[in-house]
Parts: sequence; C-alpha cells; structure tokens
Amino acid sequence: MSGVLERFAPLFNPRGIIVTGVSAHPGKFGTVTFHNLLSRGYEGGIFPINREGLESFGHPTLKSISEVPKGRADLAFICTPVSVNEDLLRECAAVGVRAAFVASAGYGESQDGLEAERSLVALGEELGMVIAGPNGQGLISTPVSMCAQIVAPYPPAGPISIVSQSGNLVSSYMNYACLSGIGVSKAISCGNSAQLELADYLEYFAEDPETSVSLCYLEGVEDGRRFLEVARAHSARKPLVVMRGGVTRAGKSAASSHTGALASDDRIFSGVCRQAGIARAETIEEAYDAAASFASQPLPKGRRTLLFTVAGGWGVLTADACVRAGLDLIPLPDDLRSKIDGMVPSRWSRSNPIDLAGGETRDTIPEVLELMASHPDVDAIIYLGIGIQAAQAQMFRSGPFWPDHGLDRIGGFHETQDRRYALAAAEASERNCVPILVASDLVYTDRDYGNPGPLGVRESGRLCYPSGHRAVRALSHMVRYSEHLQRSGGAARC
Amino acid sequence: MAYTLSEYESKRLLAEHGVRVPPESLAASADDAVSAGDDLGYPVVAKLCGRGIAHKSERGLVRLGLANADALRAAAGELLAARRPEDGDAALLIQPMANGRREVIAGLVRDEQFGPCVMLGLGGVFAEALQDVAFAVAPLEPGDAAGLIDALEHRAILGEFRGEPAVDTAALAGILEALGRIGLERDDVASIDVNPLVLDGAEPVIVDALVELRGEPS
Repeated sequence: MSGVLERFAPLFNPRGIIVTGVSAHPGKFGTVTFHNLLSRGYEGGIFPINREGLESFGHPTLKSISEVPKGRADLAFICTPVSVNEDLLRECAAVGVRAAFVASAGYGESQDGLEAERSLVALGEELGMVIAGPNGQGLISTPVSMCAQIVAPYPPAGPISIVSQSGNLVSSYMNYACLSGIGVSKAISCGNSAQLELADYLEYFAEDPETSVSLCYLEGVEDGRRFLEVARAHSARKPLVVMRGGVTRAGKSAASSHTGALASDDRIFSGVCRQAGIARAETIEEAYDAAASFASQPLPKGRRTLLFTVAGGWGVLTADACVRAGLDLIPLPDDLRSKIDGMVPSRWSRSNPIDLAGGETRDTIPEVLELMASHPDVDAIIYLGIGIQAAQAQMFRSGPFWPDHGLDRIGGFHETQDRRYALAAAEASERNCVPILVASDLVYTDRDYGNPGPLGVRESGRLCYPSGHRAVRALSHMVRYSEHLQRSGGAARC
Repeated sequence: MAYTLSEYESKRLLAEHGVRVPPESLAASADDAVSAGDDLGYPVVAKLCGRGIAHKSERGLVRLGLANADALRAAAGELLAARRPEDGDAALLIQPMANGRREVIAGLVRDEQFGPCVMLGLGGVFAEALQDVAFAVAPLEPGDAAGLIDALEHRAILGEFRGEPAVDTAALAGILEALGRIGLERDDVASIDVNPLVLDGAEPVIVDALVELRGEPS
C-alpha cells in the first residue's frame, strides 16, 4: 500500500470507531453520530463513550475510552468541548487510535480558539495521529457503510469522492447523489483544515482505487503552488471537478503595474484550472452533473457531437447550446443519412439534430443509437426526450378509461419501449466507447409515477439530465478534460 | 518598497533572460540620436527615457514614425527640452518603428496564493474596456502558453485577420515562457508589463516594457 493510502486508511476504512459525547439526549452531536453509524450499518466496531455509562438507542456505552479493547478502534469521532478533547485524544492514542475527526467547534474559526487549534495540531504530531477538522460536520465512506456525520444525508455508494471546505456543500453534493443515484465513495468536510487540508485529501483520492472522480468545493488554498501540483497530478489520473466560492473578491496583488491591476482571484484561478485540467463549475448542479458524467460515461475522444431528438424544439435549443459551448455540431455524415433513410419515412430531419418525426417503429431507436455510436466521425451523442410515450401511458393509467379500449396494451408497450431505449443508449455507449447523454425533464415531473424512460437511465447506472442544456454543459466538461489528457500525453480511456 | 526601471533597463533585463527585444540605443544629445537613427535605419521612434518618467504618451514624450535624420533631430531637440527636474536622469531612446495594427499586452505579477503568474491580454485602444486577459501560473509547462492564447475570448484577432497573418505562436509562447522564468529566477522582480507587444505581421515585437523591482533603487 502506498504511503498516502496507508495514512488515510484509519480515516476512511477504520476497523472500529470511538464516538465521544454520546448521551441519552438525541439532540447531541455525539448521539446523532452514533445513531447515523448504527442506522447505516457500519461494518466495524462502534464504541460510544458516555461518562455516566447511560444506554443510547438501547446500546450500552463505555464510561471511559480506556475500556475500549486495544487495537479494535483506529478512528475517533470527537464532538466534545475543546477543554476535554486533548485528554480524550491521548486516551484514544493509548488504545491504538490512529486518526480522529474533530467535529467540535471553538477552534481557529474564531480568534479565541487559535491557540487551542495550534495545540491540537501539535498533539496530532506528538501522537502520530491524523487529524481531520476541527469544526467539520464529519465524513462518510460507503465501501465500509460508514456515516460518521452530525448531519444527513447518507448517499448511495458509487465512485465519486467529495471534499469541501464547507460542510453544507458536502451535504448538497450528497443530496444530488441521492437524487440521481450516481453515488459516492468517500466524502469529508475539511472544517478548519488545521492539520489535513484540501490538497491532502485530493492526493488520497487520486490514489484511492475506489474513487474514479473527485468533487470539491473550496474558497481558498493554503499553498497555491502545492494545490496546482496536486491537482495536475490528480487530473493526469482521474478527473477533478471544482467549484470555488469567494472569487468576486478583488485581487490581492500589491503590484502597481497594469498586469497587477488586471490580476483578480477569479482570473488567476481560471488559469490554474486550465493548467491543471480541472473541470471548474459555477453551480452545485453543474458540478454534480460533471462529476456524475465522468463517473458513468466513457470520455469523448473529441468534440464532434450528434443530437438525437424525438421532438423539434428540444433539438433546436440544444443545438444552440452546443454551438455556444464550442461543441462541434457536425453535419450528418452521408452514410448515416442513407442508412436512416432506409429505416423511416422521408419526413425525418435528414440532418443533425436527427429528428425521426415520429416515423420510428418498434426497433428503430435502438438501431439508430447503435448506428450513431458506431460511426467513426462521431465523438458524443445527446439523446433528448426519453419517456414522452410513457408519460402518455401514465395519462391513460390515471384516466377514466383504463384499462379498457386497448389502453393497457398500448400503455404497456410505451412503458416497455421507453425503458428499452434507455438501456439501449447505455449499451450502445459502452459497446462503442462513446458518451450518450440522455436528457428529459420527465426525470422531475414523472417522479411519483416512476416514468420508465428516466428510470431506465438510472437503472443503467447513468444520469438522466433534466435538460438538454445541462447535458451540453456536462459534455463540454468531458470534452475539455479529454483534450487536456490528449495535450498532456494521456489518452481518452474507456 | 518597489521602484520601476526605465524602459531601456527593463528591456535589457528581459534580454538577459532570453527575450528577443528590438535593437535600440540611448542617446544623450540630438547628434547622438541622429547617429543612432542612421545606424538603425529610418523610420525610427524617439522617446524620453528614465526611471522617473511614467505616462510618456500622456506627456507627449513619444515621437513615432520619424522618417529621416532631420525629423529625428527636431524631435530629439523637443524631447530634451521637455525634460522636467523631477524626471531625474533622462535620455533619448531611439528605436526602429514597429508596424502593426494589432497589439497585445503581456506581463508578470506575483499572486499571494499562487506566486508568479504570467498574463496575456488584448492590447490596443479598447483593451481597458474589454479586459480580455488570461493568466497562467509560472513555470509555463509545454502547452500552457498555447492555453493562454486559447483562453482569450477574442483570440480570433490573433489568427488570420483582415489580411494580417496569424501570430507566430511559437515566438509569442517564447516571450510568455521567459516572463514565467524571470518570475521564478528573480525574486526581486515584483511585476513586469510588456505593453504593447505589437504584431508586426506575424511577429510579436516588444515596443515598450516596464519592470518593477522590489527594494530600494541602487
């Protein structure tokens, strides 16, 4: 195991966890964390500490850390007052704990706590202990079903790993994981970054075999040049998506030059992202869409894009968005046109976007998806409007005539077909190593019904984008990352 | 504390770090100026040059397109007469005239978080309004300079544009990479402005440059 993996193992893959500050009161952070660990089925040992030894959730507690069998816990979750934490950490070290997440506030986030934070860092060094936080909301690690957090949610398992300088952005990203089904491997809030800072976690994620893409929120970096170096090395191995807050501040250069006057935080950080191959997002949904796309789609080899739509307006709007994003909306290749000519009536669009104008029969859509994806001049495909036939099936189901007059037969056919199209898109994409992004607003509106189109996309392990615009934005992040890899000597992988 | 080198000194510093700057001469008198002009070949540019002189254009201390020795002699006399006591040591700087309608600016600045950063931006009369600039952290790795050019919103201006050839990107990259190297090798350099960098056909020519040094003037 590499040094980095070994260093972070007790944090993200502990054998057991000590939780301090557990009580009978369900509002206390220690109690909440104990609950979250129990309820999400953490696989290791859990050792709740309560000074009076009171039960919590029907479980016995330990009065003192010294009662924890030696070597059974290597992580401590600390959410007790600053004044007692150092003693607790010494006791933890004595029973074999090698890492701590300090959730307690009262450290360097205010002037009064600066000394306590310095002392915490020194103690970590003395004990040889990895310390995350303080003043953070916790961490999760789905490979070991660990929800060591003082807040919700706990996302489904997946390949995205998250690190954030703000805890609530960890929650936001994880809410999107819950919503989309594209899940998370590890997530942590840095808190005050007293010992471990954002770049340290990125270094770990870059090496972690369970992480295929990292997702960040940051406001500032301690050491800019190290961040650039770590980010560059990360991107060379796997994609890194970053959202940065606080960029509207004026630049901090002291120079009196013209160049100095033009240097702003935002402009310099844009440069850093370009150099390091970072996918920089401006909003939470853009950041998550990008991460989920990297996690679930093959990388495009270039920017030659085909649009495939079941209805006109979506295709037109999405074509505009492609052009604005710098994607190459290629003319429809002649051989592809003549093949589709033989499959549907002549009213189809015969150009890019491909709009079959309702002329498809039972197998047309899966066949056209395969033809597009296997064409050598096509790097990426966006497929718009999945689920509209199933949406009509839902109208039938909820209307007064169901299931008579043949409605059950036609409704059932539509539902089967929409699910089949979603799976066919994923299969054609995997088989040909070409991304196919499926977009439909029915992912929102038909949630209660469970529209088999968007649900089929989810079943295939992919994101159903709520609009063509969001698919375009995600695709352009993938294209730029792929081009970055090609420029720096890497190659698009499948 | 920081102070600014004269244009002549600034360009010498760039040249010492491998940046190609056009030949130019300092002249103390109108006679010296004419002999420099004769050597360079006309047309030439004459400027008043010294550490204390900023805002040359605003004060009318730049004379462009001097077509012959007579024009240069007359301009040199006027520039010398325009010297003010607060200008300190000031001499005439005689340069070949760069011809080009397209201008870019380049520079170096030190950022608190990321250290020395190289800038490239569009120059010319609308530069301040457009603020079309991009930065890269030094050192510039292979591809970073091309990335800087690509990052400009109006990069089309640097391509084949209204009868002008596309900029020599290798030459422009060479200048940008050298600025980054200076940022890493010379801790005493606080900032650099290369403004303008005139595109003479495809070739980027450094017409003016100012280097700001940390510390007290020696």
